[in-house]
Amino acid sequence: MNEAVAPPMGMLAELTHRCPLACPYCSNPLTLQQAANELDTTTWLRVLDEAAGLGVLQVHFSGGEPLVRTDLETLIAHAAKRGLYSNLITSGMTMTAARARALADAGLDHAQLSLQDTEAEGADYFAGSKHSLAKKQAAAAMLREAELPLTINAVMHRGNLAHLEAMIDMALALDAGRLEVAHVQYYGWALRNRAALMPTRAQIDVATEIVTAARARLSGRLVIDYVVPDYYASRPKACMGGWARRFFNVDPAGNVLPCHAAQTITSLHFDTVREKSLGDIWRNSAAFNQFRGTDWMPEPCQGCERREIDWGGCRCQALALTGDAAATDPACGLSPQHAMMHEIAVAEAAAPAPEFIYRRMR
Amino acid sequence: MSVKVEGASCPALARGVKLRFDETRDQWMLNAPERVLVLDEIAQTILERVDGKLSINELCWQLAVDFAAPQDIIQADVMEMMQDLLERGFNRI
Repeated sequence: MNEAVAPPMGMLAELTHRCPLACPYCSNPLTLQQAANELDTTTWLRVLDEAAGLGVLQVHFSGGEPLVRTDLETLIAHAAKRGLYSNLITSGMTMTAARARALADAGLDHAQLSLQDTEAEGADYFAGSKHSLAKKQAAAAMLREAELPLTINAVMHRGNLAHLEAMIDMALALDAGRLEVAHVQYYGWALRNRAALMPTRAQIDVATEIVTAARARLSGRLVIDYVVPDYYASRPKACMGGWARRFFNVDPAGNVLPCHAAQTITSLHFDTVREKSLGDIWRNSAAFNQFRGTDWMPEPCQGCERREIDWGGCRCQALALTGDAAATDPACGLSPQHAMMHEIAVAEAAAPAPEFIYRRMR
Repeated sequence: MSVKVEGASCPALARGVKLRFDETRDQWMLNAPERVLVLDEIAQTILERVDGKLSINELCWQLAVDFAAPQDIIQADVMEMMQDLLERGFNRI
């Protein structure tokens, strides 16, 4: 047993991979779980009990679209009963006023709604959908009517960065208390669509200026979280706050993952809540212990004074770009592949955007 | 313009922010969307009292009485803490 491992802070509960949208940067894996493989209500209730017992503070009910689960309110009520802070991550596409009220009554603490663009045509194009912006604006109003605190999640890329100022205005108009401006991270579907999404360095610099100014202007009114893209960075991000250090993800079928992209590392074996408890998996799963802490690190990470700041960056990105999941994240300037990563970004952003490959069940 | 905390301000936890005691870690904390703030004993004592009705002036007077401490020193610390929490989105006024 590995009793020395600190308890996790958060659990991402991916209740389903079913979704009315088809965003080409979806964080779900390329191979999506079918509805028939989804965990049942009883199992999710046990998982919530185990999460609370393990020390989890926040549960993010996500998907796919979690609203397709008819037991969502039951799960939220159970989370509330166990003292877990609950967050709903939704597209809002199928929200109704009655559902918003039921979610609030169940004890939901917070809702996060995605917006793909501030203009109807772009929103539909980026979501692979119809009438999405109007539905989402209506959903925001329903959530606020039910007095639920609201975050707008705006995934930004070369196609919508010109609308960032408008996105901030829209978040205010929708009465959000928080806005996530998240540059696309390139895993799974987004990696496949990278050339269609990659912004130029100049676009990113403008976005950073806009966010910095808006934060100062809207301090005390709107919290703006900013997820920076790392293809142009010189230091890697502390992905997930460090592998198996603060968060884990339970996928619709019950697989327990250190992050939502971890299944791209096909050499790892992931345990499932169908067979083991969360506590056992968190402490003892080979996949969690593979890159936990700093012992696994190669040089230059091992001797780096930032090894417990960025925790070696992102394992999935290391695999995707270098072929080795244990390599230094190429987002780091000390990686031998760093220049290659930067060149990919510059070349793709300068070329015409190819057609999207939309997220689809296979 | 950004919002400034004043003595007459009546702070409350921002929407979606919950004060709770975590038994696993034996600590008080604020839970907010995607964020957790660990609180020391002083911060917990103050945040338990804010309700959107009590002004900072009244709050500091209460604290000065309850802890037999000079109100002006308490007031300076509380104002600084409330401004910080406001700017980080944990509080509203």
